Amino acid sequence: MKALKRAFQALDNRVHAWETTLSVGFFLALRQIRRTSIWTTALIVLVMVLTFLNLVVVTGILVGLIQGSVEAVQTHYLGNVFISTLKDRPYIDQSPTLMLAVSRVPGVTSLSARYIEGGSVASNYKQLKRRQSDIDDSVGTSIVGIDPVAEEATTHLSSLLIEGSYLEPGDYDQVIVGAMLLKQYIDFESANFPVLDGVTIGSRIKVTVGGNEREVTVKGIVKSKVDEIDRRIFFLDSQLRSLIQRTDYNVDEISVKLAPGIDPKIVKQTILAQGFGSYAKVQTQEDAEPKFIKDMRETFAMLGNIIGSVGIVAASITIFIVIFINAITRKKFIGILKGIGISGAAIETSYVIQSIFYALFGAAIGLALLYGFLEPYLRQNPIDFPFGDGILVAPLGGTFFRVGIILVMTIIAGYVPARMVVKKHTLDAILGR
Amino acid sequence: MKTYRTGTLDVTVLKGVSIDIPKGQFVAIMGRSGAGKSTLLYQLGLLDRPTAGTITLDGADTAALSRKEREVMRLTRLGYIFQDYALLPELTAIENVALPMLMQGASASVAYKHATVSLERIGLSNRLTNLPSQLSGGEQQRVSIARAIAHNPAILFADEPTASLDTENSETIMKILKELRADGQTIVMVTHEPEYGRLTDRIITLNDGIVVSDEHARR
Repeated sequence: MKALKRAFQALDNRVHAWETTLSVGFFLALRQIRRTSIWTTALIVLVMVLTFLNLVVVTGILVGLIQGSVEAVQTHYLGNVFISTLKDRPYIDQSPTLMLAVSRVPGVTSLSARYIEGGSVASNYKQLKRRQSDIDDSVGTSIVGIDPVAEEATTHLSSLLIEGSYLEPGDYDQVIVGAMLLKQYIDFESANFPVLDGVTIGSRIKVTVGGNEREVTVKGIVKSKVDEIDRRIFFLDSQLRSLIQRTDYNVDEISVKLAPGIDPKIVKQTILAQGFGSYAKVQTQEDAEPKFIKDMRETFAMLGNIIGSVGIVAASITIFIVIFINAITRKKFIGILKGIGISGAAIETSYVIQSIFYALFGAAIGLALLYGFLEPYLRQNPIDFPFGDGILVAPLGGTFFRVGIILVMTIIAGYVPARMVVKKHTLDAILGR
Repeated sequence: MKTYRTGTLDVTVLKGVSIDIPKGQFVAIMGRSGAGKSTLLYQLGLLDRPTAGTITLDGADTAALSRKEREVMRLTRLGYIFQDYALLPELTAIENVALPMLMQGASASVAYKHATVSLERIGLSNRLTNLPSQLSGGEQQRVSIARAIAHNPAILFADEPTASLDTENSETIMKILKELRADGQTIVMVTHEPEYGRLTDRIITLNDGIVVSDEHARR
């Protein structure tokens, strides 16, 4: 019993000693920070802010390059759940039943069914040929039949219009053309990449599908960074159906949009649970994402982490140097502190607390800049890359993990030089030897 | 004995010094430059370890103490006044004085109360919140004294406390030390000023690391 009491007393003494060390460390650190030059503090905090931004923003933009492209494909093409044909089938069997069932799944806000046929589109076919070898401008492409209202609700196709206007129900023989089919929107010329020349709003073009030809008027031109949109011709579904003479209402793909917060995996499972897996391939947006996109995202994230790690090392060295110079120039005072009985641990703690202050202050400013300005700004004004709109991807979890890394590195960078100086012989430190 | 190694050369600064300082005595250690005065003070004040020999404080051999125990001894039993005041520039007068008591585990209110009393005792009650840079040399040395005595040390060590001060301030400091002596404080002071040495109870004179005289004042 007495031994237990002694053990508790010893523990209590130890805890009290640590409390005192921490309290004196905090006392010294607070006063050093408060009374040090504001410019020195500002400079160190600036280094920490830049380190934080380097670590989070560089990675975020590299990942955001891919994410912007992925989000564009999801928003304007795939939707949250994408239903397509089975490998060995020309279209989705039982499409009307499937669409009805999907529309009743909780969380589904809209869906757009598309008829797709391979075909060709030609322009300048009415022009007089100067030579016998002259041929019309003709491009092989996908001809897509859509319900403009459902498509708009699901993919906001009209937001991608750069010329003309959007399709409306009842638009007869009018089409929307993807910009990559038109010469004026292509920066290069290649025999392997045929385009239509001189086609603008109101131009008449000839669409050929399965041997059936129809002359139509260009009502609008869409441009995005999604190939599936930019290299397609959009018809009203009813007209394409008549052109390809499909009367069973079976479609080729269905994009499904979900309400915010609804898990696409659950919706996919719900659809599959009703047996529609026998008629169609049901994928979440993530499933439908090509593997190379996933690989690129991982590679870019790794690249970002490498660049960020270099930044962390540079910042750690900076903090080390700053604290080291601070400690060395204050060697005499550290000696005096030790001389009058202040423990080495309390002195080291004061430097560690200063490092934590610099790291947290820098990270706090960095977080405010990131979530208060950079992230929303880049979402509103994405960086224009050829294959996608670059946004800044900075999930909170990952960001705070990086703040943790900065904090740990800074604590080490602050502790080591303080320890080096504190370890010096007390009298030598006091006498400046 | 204390020997320092400078390069490949061993320099013996103290050679067989043996002194006994009773409680409540005000002792001056005097001698020429390089005589070993400060070195002796550092050994007595546990800021350094003698190469050979023992230093006994209240019957306990300090050579047997660990680094940590010496640190605690300096904090709780000893007080120091340095020639250049040795105040921490980022702490105010009251904070400088309160710091050792905070390290002893006193609450902030208790430490500040004691520090205030200590500063009032040496006539600096109107300079509590001034930084060292806002104080004169004499005032800084008085703050240094207040810090050294705030925790009621068993021995007060003063290393040439008047060396950086003008005559007026030096006399003020000596007056304070004499008052402390009158209150029963044991003081060991290194000085090269004979007139201040004469104000103490005992003058130990060193020359080349050896005690050449040990005179007690006749009062």
